[in-house]
Amino acid sequence: MSSVTQADPAKQAGSASPLTRRRPLGDRGFQILALASGLLVLVILVLIAVSTTQQSTDWFSKAGVKGIFSTDWDPATNHFGAMAFVYGTVITSVIAIIIAVPVSVAVALLLTEVVPRRWARPIVYLIDLLAVVPSVVWGLWGILVFAPWIQSSVYSHIASAVNGIPLLGSLFGPPVSGASFFTAGIILAVMITPIVTSLSREVIATVPVIDKEGAYALGATRWEMIRGAVWPHSQNGVVGAVLLGLGRAMGETIAAALVIGSSATVTSRLFATGYSMPAVIANQFPEAAGEWRAALIGMGVLLFALTIIVNLAARGIVERSTRRMRGA
Amino acid sequence: MQLRRSKQVTAVGGAVVALALSVAACSSSSSSSPPSSGGSGSTSGSGSGSGTLNGAGSTFQLTFQQAAISSFKSVDPGITVNYNGSGSGAGRTALASGTVNFAGSDSTIPPTEQSSFKGTVLYFPVLIGPITMSYNLPGVTSLKLTPAVIAAIFQGKIKAWNDPAIKSVNPGVSLPSTAITLAVRSDSSGTTQNFSLFLEKAAGSAWTLGSSSIIKWPSTAHAASGNGGVAQVIKSTPGAIGYVDYSTAKASSLTFASVKNKSGAYVAPSPTSASAAAGAVTVKPDLTFHAVWASGANAYPITYQTWDLVYEKQPNANAAKLLQSYLGYLLGDGQQLLTQLNYAPLPASLDSMAKAQLSKITS
Repeated sequence: MSSVTQADPAKQAGSASPLTRRRPLGDRGFQILALASGLLVLVILVLIAVSTTQQSTDWFSKAGVKGIFSTDWDPATNHFGAMAFVYGTVITSVIAIIIAVPVSVAVALLLTEVVPRRWARPIVYLIDLLAVVPSVVWGLWGILVFAPWIQSSVYSHIASAVNGIPLLGSLFGPPVSGASFFTAGIILAVMITPIVTSLSREVIATVPVIDKEGAYALGATRWEMIRGAVWPHSQNGVVGAVLLGLGRAMGETIAAALVIGSSATVTSRLFATGYSMPAVIANQFPEAAGEWRAALIGMGVLLFALTIIVNLAARGIVERSTRRMRGA
Repeated sequence: MQLRRSKQVTAVGGAVVALALSVAACSSSSSSSPPSSGGSGSTSGSGSGSGTLNGAGSTFQLTFQQAAISSFKSVDPGITVNYNGSGSGAGRTALASGTVNFAGSDSTIPPTEQSSFKGTVLYFPVLIGPITMSYNLPGVTSLKLTPAVIAAIFQGKIKAWNDPAIKSVNPGVSLPSTAITLAVRSDSSGTTQNFSLFLEKAAGSAWTLGSSSIIKWPSTAHAASGNGGVAQVIKSTPGAIGYVDYSTAKASSLTFASVKNKSGAYVAPSPTSASAAAGAVTVKPDLTFHAVWASGANAYPITYQTWDLVYEKQPNANAAKLLQSYLGYLLGDGQQLLTQLNYAPLPASLDSMAKAQLSKITS
């Protein structure tokens, strides 16, 4: 029997059902397409990394590690230290995540677990509409409308109230500027909320109904059900959503460039003017030449590296917490 | 449900890939600009020639280029000219890499870039213009400033409008105690470059921030993008002072100060006082010069200039002919467009020197 199969495989394939007979070609085609797309992304990433690193070697070699991580950025005297920009990128992204994630996850839970389906749909449309607004519009609105208002009616009151208090004073004390780390963080938060919300919603919707029903059957309240059945199941996916949002916040250019204040300073005062890595590239690249240009391209390499580090760290945290949960 | 979800996930994935691709596309297009073949119609080299000229660079001359390009169409319909206001540095990079036929630049080629150019580059000055010291002080319609006072203000040393240093040059003007808000450029710019060059030359050791297209301003400064952005900050902030290109200051109807020039006279910015400044400077044989801090009683001290840069040796005769034709127009009839655009035309002597240099463009 087995010798027959080996001797005439074509005949056997021919005798299979039409469904399985058509499959190999489609399978192979799809496999090639998927592989090619996957490789294309990788190749693009590698090419970007290689060519940017190549064009920034001038900076890396001249400035050295100490020069790169200094806070002094002054093209007039050929000092190109990137620390102020790294700091600004991290701070604004952290502010954006702190504001956007609770809101996004809460809205996602609201839409999947609380609100009836026919009401959820229009809310989803509204949130997705936020994602359609171009970033330059957010930036211009931020600098022309939002920044002047929040400076005079929020920041200045907070700053004068906390001035002198040890920790709060050094975070929220004066100087106060409408265009600042905090304003940039808020604008970025608004910009990443739609993507974090809609991805979290998708993930939370995958929680098996049986798990939820089980939790209710054990006498859980809605909150206990969310905590015990929904959260463990969707935690990983939500972190993935947050990471996508974080990536967008770190890379956001025009909106950040408009509202961050464009001053390369490292300060704990969140209401002071700052700078971020994409913003300085956008602002200074057109006139830059020589080492300055290399430094700006190098800034892109640093941003690339920073994004990878943040992603790896977040993945690590997720994995550890899942393992811990399984162990418990 | 399952099916729809997987579709949406695919859509998100697709969007991410598309985003990555478009970013890659953007970055590659900005570095290599429009491909041009040095006058693409090289086969039809008869008459005044026909083909395409691509230029890129300085945003200072962008408005002039746009006006000149549209009126040049009626002069020579066979030639198409494109100009991309990408910034002086980007324009020079594009010229060095051969992706454009000419580059607009507000400053001469810095020594660090010199090696990237393969061949002699000719400078053609096309226009000049004043940089205003625009301010927002309700009730104060005339203000005088000296280079030393401007340097102190822009280094954050003078913090209020009723500072004795400002008062002493403005006798009889009642200055309020309003705090001074600095309005500066956040993007790199030839305006910043020439403004800081003025302070370096005029204020001497009192100016410590150097000269560059990006300056490390005091961190209290309000930075905004473009001349228009700075004008917006000045308009909306009482107590603000900033450096704004004359045509933008006029368009935004800002109030601006008279500045003390090299001869000791206070001169208000205008096309006339800018021309006076450019007429007084010593021009080098390669037509490079700095119009800031020029001598002459009527010269406005913060006047700057912009050039169109071309290679002396063009790849073919047609490319040379096209450039001669267009640059000849900019230096000839094109100069008459300048006054209504709130720029200043070149002084006659400089203009004729530039015209004489046209014949140097050869293939």
